[in-house]
Amino acid sequence: MDALLLARLQFAFTIGFHFLFPAMTLGVALIILISETLHLATKDEVYRKITDLLARLLGLIFVVGAATGIVMEFSFGTNWSQYSRTVGDIFGPILAAEGVIAFFLESVFVGVLIFGRKRVSPGVYWISALLVFVGGHLSAFWIIVANSWMQTPAGYEVSAAGKVILTDFAAAVFNPSTVARFLHTVLATWITGAVLVCGIAGYYVRKGLHGETARTMLKIGIILFAITPVLQLGAAHGHAIQVINYQPMKAAAMEGHFETARGADIYVFGYVDEANEKTYGLYIPKGLSFLYNFDFNSEIKGLREVPRADWPPVNLVFQSYHIMVTLGGIFIGLGLLGGLLLWTGKLYTAKWYLWGLPFLIPLPHLAHETGWITAEVGRQPWIIQDLMRTAHASSVVVSAGEIAFSLVMFFLTYSLLAVMFVFLFVKIVKQGPAGE
Amino acid sequence: MENIQNFQILWFVLIFILLAGYALLDGFDLGLAALLPFLGKTKEEKDTLIASIGPVWDGNEVWLITGGGALFAAFPHAYATAFSGFYVAMMLVLLALIFRAVSMEFRANDPARAGLWEKALVGGSALAALLFGVALGNVIYGVPLDGRMEYAGSFFTLLRPVPLLFGITGFAAVLLQGASWAVMKTEGRVQERSFKAARTLTWINAVLAVIYFVVLVYAIPRVSGNALFYVAVAITFAGLIGLFFSLRKKNDAGPFWESSFSFIGLFLAAGAAQFPSLITASNDPNFSLTIYNSSTGLYTLQVMAVIALIGMPIVIGYTVFVYRLFKGKAKADDHY
Ligand code: HDD
Ligand code: HEM
Ligand code: HEM
Repeated sequence: MDALLLARLQFAFTIGFHFLFPAMTLGVALIILISETLHLATKDEVYRKITDLLARLLGLIFVVGAATGIVMEFSFGTNWSQYSRTVGDIFGPILAAEGVIAFFLESVFVGVLIFGRKRVSPGVYWISALLVFVGGHLSAFWIIVANSWMQTPAGYEVSAAGKVILTDFAAAVFNPSTVARFLHTVLATWITGAVLVCGIAGYYVRKGLHGETARTMLKIGIILFAITPVLQLGAAHGHAIQVINYQPMKAAAMEGHFETARGADIYVFGYVDEANEKTYGLYIPKGLSFLYNFDFNSEIKGLREVPRADWPPVNLVFQSYHIMVTLGGIFIGLGLLGGLLLWTGKLYTAKWYLWGLPFLIPLPHLAHETGWITAEVGRQPWIIQDLMRTAHASSVVVSAGEIAFSLVMFFLTYSLLAVMFVFLFVKIVKQGPAGE
Repeated sequence: MENIQNFQILWFVLIFILLAGYALLDGFDLGLAALLPFLGKTKEEKDTLIASIGPVWDGNEVWLITGGGALFAAFPHAYATAFSGFYVAMMLVLLALIFRAVSMEFRANDPARAGLWEKALVGGSALAALLFGVALGNVIYGVPLDGRMEYAGSFFTLLRPVPLLFGITGFAAVLLQGASWAVMKTEGRVQERSFKAARTLTWINAVLAVIYFVVLVYAIPRVSGNALFYVAVAITFAGLIGLFFSLRKKNDAGPFWESSFSFIGLFLAAGAAQFPSLITASNDPNFSLTIYNSSTGLYTLQVMAVIALIGMPIVIGYTVFVYRLFKGKAKADDHY
């Protein structure tokens, strides 16, 4: 295997792994903030117990997120040195801003959240919960800025020497896809947190454990689970339109369209035969054109607009995208069902529903991974859309053997982390809220 | 041109501050963890020691992350050359940092394998501390570079005697940071052991500092014409002498500040020797990466300066606030 392919595999593996954890951090931080606010307002001990359990879990989640995050930060220099040299002007400041503005805030106050309950006043504890929430979301914001700039670059010039020069920081930060991608990603992490808490609390309630605490936790979880996927439908729609506008070839790959067409179909599921440039499956005629701007005959670009060498791997993008969308639909359905059960007072006795909740925990993660594959593979062969090719981005002095070594190292280390994480997570959940 | 040079110098100074901040802060938690088997004998003693760094180590590590990000933003060529050139060493740093991070959390929640996680904590912390010094030693002493700014040595080039000496000097300084932090944060038998360790380490540091300064002058002759260098030497020895006395008087808090002071001296000497070079080319001085040939554009440096000069004082403000929340002696049951 060549060095470039190995570097790509390594990036995909390490970022795919890292993202599992921030996704949980942001969602859990939201629920901690809600529960701690209610604790401060009502002085009810039930909320304190919920926060304490979630803070213990957050400690575990956060540490794995931080350990794998630092790998990402280094990776641009170690594995993508040509990329770093070319775009240091823009990409560097964004990563540095993330450190100054976000990571410090989050990391410093996570210490208070996890270790400070006995040492600080309820007010300071609440502020810490707030700042962890804010810091985490700012981290997500800046890294999404970095990614969005690679998708829809703005605020730059290319110098005679081929270097990318920053000309307008605000335009680079608020490039055309930042806001849509940020909203979509953050809502996705909230879904992740809601499902996680529903899974834990659902298990407690079904087993009759931890009484009022478990029921309250489930209630908070279910309310969020009923709301967030519906909101996501709107955010996701906006994001999809953004992709059609600014990265039409990615959009074409997502739906397997080869020919530019007025009245393009939308697939429920299907298969793309890349060799013969044909897409099969169940589709809604003219659906994509309609969703694009509520006009059945609007024009959607097809892949044949650009040379074949500039196509991403079409079927992979198509399938990933459809897995994510299907999961989105499933969440809307199950979330609303849970909300209905809560509303009609049947939630705590609906054994079949409670039984299913823990099994949902991995599904938002699957949606995340497939969503990112859609976004990143769909951008190929570009590392920066229409500006720099992935093939020109990797380090020149690093050999395939060295990358193979580090890939194996990360694979073994992360496997160990994954096993320990699941083991300790389950253990903390089984120990239950402190003081029971 | 005039103008961009000012910003290039500013960024040299700011990155220096970020890395020095990292060395002082993560220095004490890496050092303490590396000394864990010597300072704590029972489980409870070790719990206390770890509790003293538990709430703060992650914030400390962010100094490194931000320093790395700032290097990327201000001098991307230096970032790209060093990180890709020292590839295998960097991967070992990452491995060490991963294990030191997760091992504290795993140890607390997984008593059945606590011994194993302790070894990971000690090993990861020691390896990381040692490798940072070796890496810094290499960029100062110089490495072979080619005309495209790429590293032209191998993994073993990094292990030459002079950079190794720098690595050991830095490692000893980190251990002293750890021991003197433990002096401040513990009581009774653990504190006794920490006093003893700090005393031994003060002597070791003094000997290494002498060798370090002599080698620095020998390796980089121009440093002997730099006033800052002599200030740095004075700071280091002032710190060490202060340490010697406050350890004898069994002063709780003094040693940590004096240890930090002497560490700053070591750093300052390195900075004085290095300026304006970032990565010295050992084969041909024309190939060296300096702040002038490896920086980003003026506008980027300006935007970053605004972010850093507004942001970092705020960061330092709340960091001090949180350290004060956790001030006083650490207790074994501080975890949750
Ligand atoms: C719980 C997770 C989750 C769920 C339920 C959905 N998504 Fe998503 N999606 C993500 C999580 C995600 C993500 C956070 O993983 C991605 C990767 C990049 C991004 O911006 O968000 C993503 C990317 C992404 C992209 C863009 C690719 C790009 O960034 O260029 C589109 C067009 C959609 N999604 C559309 C949808 C639609 C129509 C959904 C149906 C309701 C949907 N997503 C549900
Ligand atoms: C956390 C969510 C993310 C996931 C799961 C993810 C996933 C992936 C995947 C699967 C690839 C491989 C594409 C291919 O080889 O065809 C890739 C490439 C890449 N992504 Fe992302 N990505 C994420 C976020 C980001 C962010 C935030 C950035 C920038 C800050 C980024 C920068 C890159 C780069 C530089 C590559 C180049 C390597 C390549 O194309 O193979 N990614 N990513
Ligand atoms: C290539 C891309 C990425 C890089 C370079 C990166 C870098 C990092 C680093 C260095 C840390 C550790 C911070 C600490 O020690 O406190 C971290 C943690 C974190 N990252 Fe990433 N990250 C990337 C992708 C992402 C993405 C896509 C998101 C979210 C949308 C994200 C959100 C977070 C959050 C919230 C944390 C805090 C720790 C945690 O939640 O587990 N990161 N990241």
